[in-house]
Amino acid sequence: MTAASIALIDYGAGNLTSVKKALAAIGARVFVPASPGALDGAGAIIVPGVGHFDATRALDRAWIDAILERVGEGRPLLGICLGMQWLFEGSDEAPDVPGLGVLSGQCRRLRVPPEGHEGTKTRRRSGHENGPEARLKIPHVGWNSIDRTRDASILEGVAPGAQVYFTHSYIAPLTGDTVASTEHGEVFASVVERGQIAGVQFHPEKSAETGLKILRNFVSSV
Amino acid sequence: MLSKRIIACLDVRDGQVVKGINFEGLRSAGDPGELARRYNREGIDELVILDITATIESRRALAATIHAVARELFIPLAVGGGIHTEADAAAAVDAGADKVSLNTAPLSNPALITTLASRYGSQAVIVAIDAKRDGDRFAVYSRSGTTAASRDAVEWAREAESRGAGEILLTSIDRDGTKAGFDCEMTAAVSHAVSIPVIASGGAGGLDDFVDVFTKGAADAALAASIFHYAETSVRSLKQYLKQHGIPVRI
Repeated sequence: MTAASIALIDYGAGNLTSVKKALAAIGARVFVPASPGALDGAGAIIVPGVGHFDATRALDRAWIDAILERVGEGRPLLGICLGMQWLFEGSDEAPDVPGLGVLSGQCRRLRVPPEGHEGTKTRRRSGHENGPEARLKIPHVGWNSIDRTRDASILEGVAPGAQVYFTHSYIAPLTGDTVASTEHGEVFASVVERGQIAGVQFHPEKSAETGLKILRNFVSSV
Repeated sequence: MLSKRIIACLDVRDGQVVKGINFEGLRSAGDPGELARRYNREGIDELVILDITATIESRRALAATIHAVARELFIPLAVGGGIHTEADAAAAVDAGADKVSLNTAPLSNPALITTLASRYGSQAVIVAIDAKRDGDRFAVYSRSGTTAASRDAVEWAREAESRGAGEILLTSIDRDGTKAGFDCEMTAAVSHAVSIPVIASGGAGGLDDFVDVFTKGAADAALAASIFHYAETSVRSLKQYLKQHGIPVRI
């Protein structure tokens, strides 16, 4: 472990293989800390994860304090998917489990228009393009575009309207920290950035060149 | 707007990609790593590696092939064939699979769906349903289409969803390898019955077959093998055609 290596937090929410492989492909040095104390030497922290917000319960007070301490020292922090939602105050998915709280707002379930509903922009558009069979599903799975709402270092060099791979049912709210949004029935925050803290709702490790570019942007800030 | 996904399937036997018709009469289509790289360059959205002999000949998923593909491609990768236990799934995931595709095993052991969804998340669990028309119903088959499972495809898809499956991979045995077009009626019946994404498979021939399965078939994704392997249709030209026909795709 060196000062510039990235701590990848393993709290049992999904497997880390894909994130590790993507980081290896862009030449980043990564380690998986076995305990909060091992975060001391981390140059930056990535909180990955998929699945239920309840899984973040494993990130107990000791982990939270250690992560907040590194962030307080100015170390970059990136949350991916569930890891991004955890940066907020909490989620309706597991109301009794607090998030890290470095970003304001509460995560909640994605809302799509009910089947047969014709009143929204999305419904009319998909109805026109795909015939009467089109309807939106939850979970939101697949490639969708990220529309930049303001400049952010995490999105430097990413083409406007670039598509990335999502798989989730819960969303983070649109706030002043939102730097890109995505639409699936409603518009939600797909990329957030506040100082050296960033989060992505999609999986950069599964989003081809666009995803690798975003990871490179994060790694270059370390 | 969410794109419709185009997925390439690599049916692998003895380390080589093969493809048959109606699940029989296999011919070789090349090296899986080489094909995966080509599809990635052309803009494929996702890859599925199926160890097609695994169920019948008790072969385990080909970890080396998965590893070779996962090391250099950063798009979702699903692996199926011969995944009967939690240990089989773990081997595939450890080798680099993002999703496992279950076909025969959950028909006799549906609790496996829940076990794997709890361990890896629903997004990592695909239930693959091979079905054949039987009057106005769609009968499920297991063991590479050789054994009738006495289940209805729509009803089984609903149960799989309720047990924690994240996606359904629906293959028409009647259409597999025939290039006669997807079974849009069957795809629509299943897609409307569940809220999770449905991947249509079996029968892809021409470009209009994909337009049809995304409109009439209400598919969320379409999977093909032969038409991509033998370079009859490039992924890129297919996506451009779909875009011209108003179907949202990633280009």
